[in-house]
Amino acid sequence: MSILIYAESAEGKLKKVAFELASYAKKIAETLGTTVTALTINASDTSELAKYGVDKVLQVNQDKLSSFNAKAYTDVIQQAAEKENAPVVVLSSTTDSLYLSPLVAVALEAGYASNVVGLPVSTAPFQVKRNAFSNKAFQITEITTAVKVIGLAKNSYGVFENPASTTQEDFNPTIDATDFGIKVVSVEKVSGKVSIADADIVVSAGRGLKGPENWGMIEELATVLGAATACSKPVSDLGWRPHGEHVGQTGKPVATNLYIAIGISGAIQHIAGINSSKIKVVINTDPEAPFFKVADYGIVGDAFEVVPQLIEKLKAFKAQHA
Amino acid sequence: MKILVCISHVPDTTSKINFVESNSQFDTNGVQYVINPNDEFGLTRAIWFQEKQGATVTVVNVGGPETEPTLRKALAIGANQAIRVNATPTDGFFVAKQLAHVIQTGEYDLVIAGKESLDYNGGMVPGMLAGILGYNFLNSCTELTIEATAVTAVREIDGGKETVTTSLPLIIGGQKGLVEEKDLRIPNMRGIMTARTKPLTVVEAVDTPTTTKAISFDKPAPKSAVKLIAADNLDELINLLHNEAKVL
Repeated sequence: MSILIYAESAEGKLKKVAFELASYAKKIAETLGTTVTALTINASDTSELAKYGVDKVLQVNQDKLSSFNAKAYTDVIQQAAEKENAPVVVLSSTTDSLYLSPLVAVALEAGYASNVVGLPVSTAPFQVKRNAFSNKAFQITEITTAVKVIGLAKNSYGVFENPASTTQEDFNPTIDATDFGIKVVSVEKVSGKVSIADADIVVSAGRGLKGPENWGMIEELATVLGAATACSKPVSDLGWRPHGEHVGQTGKPVATNLYIAIGISGAIQHIAGINSSKIKVVINTDPEAPFFKVADYGIVGDAFEVVPQLIEKLKAFKAQHA
Repeated sequence: MKILVCISHVPDTTSKINFVESNSQFDTNGVQYVINPNDEFGLTRAIWFQEKQGATVTVVNVGGPETEPTLRKALAIGANQAIRVNATPTDGFFVAKQLAHVIQTGEYDLVIAGKESLDYNGGMVPGMLAGILGYNFLNSCTELTIEATAVTAVREIDGGKETVTTSLPLIIGGQKGLVEEKDLRIPNMRGIMTARTKPLTVVEAVDTPTTTKAISFDKPAPKSAVKLIAADNLDELINLLHNEAKVL
């Protein structure tokens, strides 16, 4: 018996969320008196998982799995879970894992709780706390099946080192040819930029920026911070920024360590999309902007004056702390 | 082409979220209900197929009689018929089981569900449907074109998008992008009048074991007030982010 995590990778490299899952699963494994197994698919170097308490790595290397394929990946996770006799399977909240988790739950006849924000509040019965109502509330959910599938919300637990002596094992699951009903034709990724999904810091701007021509300073601020850029809904509706950057209830949810909102008044739908972020900084000329009610730090000021100065100050800070 | 659009009946996005009965039930008092926004994008895309390519559109919801105004709104927008599975939706698996039964009975070619609902945010139902039925499944779908049974679609991925091809029958978890927000349909008077005469069938639920249950709810602790920093004192902001919040 072992807790199974699906340790996601991109282009052969493990994603940071894999280490958060490992840290989280280790804690559950300690409570249940068991071990942690990480499943990787076409990851070239899995050694770093040892740092975060993984006891065993099941490595799958198959060319036909080089593109993400939900059905085939589900088969792999199901077979790994059965091989490890896993009572708990943990996936993250990346776009791919959100795609996989319900399929995995059905395949394992397991109850599934998504958006889980912490360790189980109880393991017998098995109860977890999850986000609901667009982060305006939490729900305690009990999973009543023998096998449990957990979708851990990003940045909700953190990454903790807990070195283990890890064994590596090649794993060769059987994959059904009928799984390939969906064929990838092309993939377009924004290169050279931090994506919102991978970012620890997001710099977001709204209509207060007055026009798309003023986004240069937002991008420069993001570059200094190693952050992704985002925007409010009106900005993407106006076509100033791509839809992929729209954050909010019908856009992308953001759960970062730091969210900086510039010239965004803070509509309820926008706040719902960013509420899981740990620290929120708001820069706005209007002291009555609703965003100040949810912010940790606020500056009442003109973005066109504040942001260029902030860039210079942060450059100096980074140089000092390099 | 027979299209089924799964409709969640959810509180309007600006609703106050409160709980009653020792925090075990959502307080529906004064709450306005709407078609789940992700489902609304899918419904409008389905109506587009109906108008341009000759599809029939059925909308379905798992819920009590109180959800019928939401189904009637979907009919007013242009769906041909509606089905209500008469049951209280307890969890994602329960809903998926009910919908899977409707799909098998009705032999739909395309099933569109929103990638998640804005109440319990499970993001479970479309994937579970695909798992139960074994159909082709595409989540976070932002573009969808269909020629005969050949499908080309785009799905969102972390940091970009992916174009895929597949075939019917297909289940999608849809979102904004299937149509743009400006193209969403608002029921007009003729639509509202016609909706009254369109069939709304009520079917009973099939027996399904539960896999999860909601125990209780709570709300985040009240936030402490924002710390305001003078616009000419950005060193202080950096200091707080570094030493107090520890995010720099």
